[in-house]
Amino acid sequence: MNEIANIIIIVLIILGAFLSLVAAYGVIRLPDVYTRNHAASKSATLGVMSILLGALLFFYVKDGFFNSRVLLGIIFIFMTSPVAGHLIARAAYNSGVELWDKSVQDDLKDAPHMKKAGSKEQS
Amino acid sequence: MAFQILLNMFLGFMWMFLTTTYDPVAFLKGFLFGLLIIFVFRRFFQSRFYLLRVIAVINLLLIFIKELILANISVLKVVLKPKLDMKPGIFAFPTDLEKDWQITILANLITLTPGTLTISVSDDNKILYVHAMDMGEIQDEIDSIKNSFEKAIMEVSR
Repeated sequence: MNEIANIIIIVLIILGAFLSLVAAYGVIRLPDVYTRNHAASKSATLGVMSILLGALLFFYVKDGFFNSRVLLGIIFIFMTSPVAGHLIARAAYNSGVELWDKSVQDDLKDAPHMKKAGSKEQS
Repeated sequence: MAFQILLNMFLGFMWMFLTTTYDPVAFLKGFLFGLLIIFVFRRFFQSRFYLLRVIAVINLLLIFIKELILANISVLKVVLKPKLDMKPGIFAFPTDLEKDWQITILANLITLTPGTLTISVSDDNKILYVHAMDMGEIQDEIDSIKNSFEKAIMEVSR
């Protein structure tokens, strides 16, 4: 029982660290704000979540201590990180950050509420 | 829905007072019997039997977690691929959802879906503008996934 729990904890922590590494690598490698945001908002979320889950399980198995704050932390990250990704992408678009050259389509440029704000003219 | 849960709690307390045992197990027993009573009398309520909605919420949560894992695998593939040959783009996604919280949940789900990220919501809440990592091949697939999300969210609020 304890061995199985240990293996699950090890896998969770290593997976979380690996996903965070991939997120960092994606932020360096991908070409523009929006694609970088993809990597940062998804991989970092699951990475941090699985590291926290591993820590929760570790202290539960080792000391029999169930720290509910870690669970709350997981829930808060799960709820707030997609919103943060959305807001960063939206702020970038509203301040006129260009898409990557190879982008094929941009429906938002013609959207009525974007024209009204007039943010594309300023850039 | 909230009224049905409150009524169920009330029936649980009623059971505790009827049996004069005041512990969590007695409350739970009363709660389960109350659930049965509410199920029998479900046609007298305005909304549907609330357990169905609880199941729909749990279903939505499971979809959330599944999509988060799938999204990570797809990001992993794109980032670690030797050549950057994806075609990003922004497309408009018309939605049928009306209430603010539904659109918030849909936008969050889209952000956590493989290869998509919500950028903007139009003023009349009719259209979501979504940035996709790879436009060409997954457009149809994305639409089908979104329809399943929309259905799951509708199921919660029905």
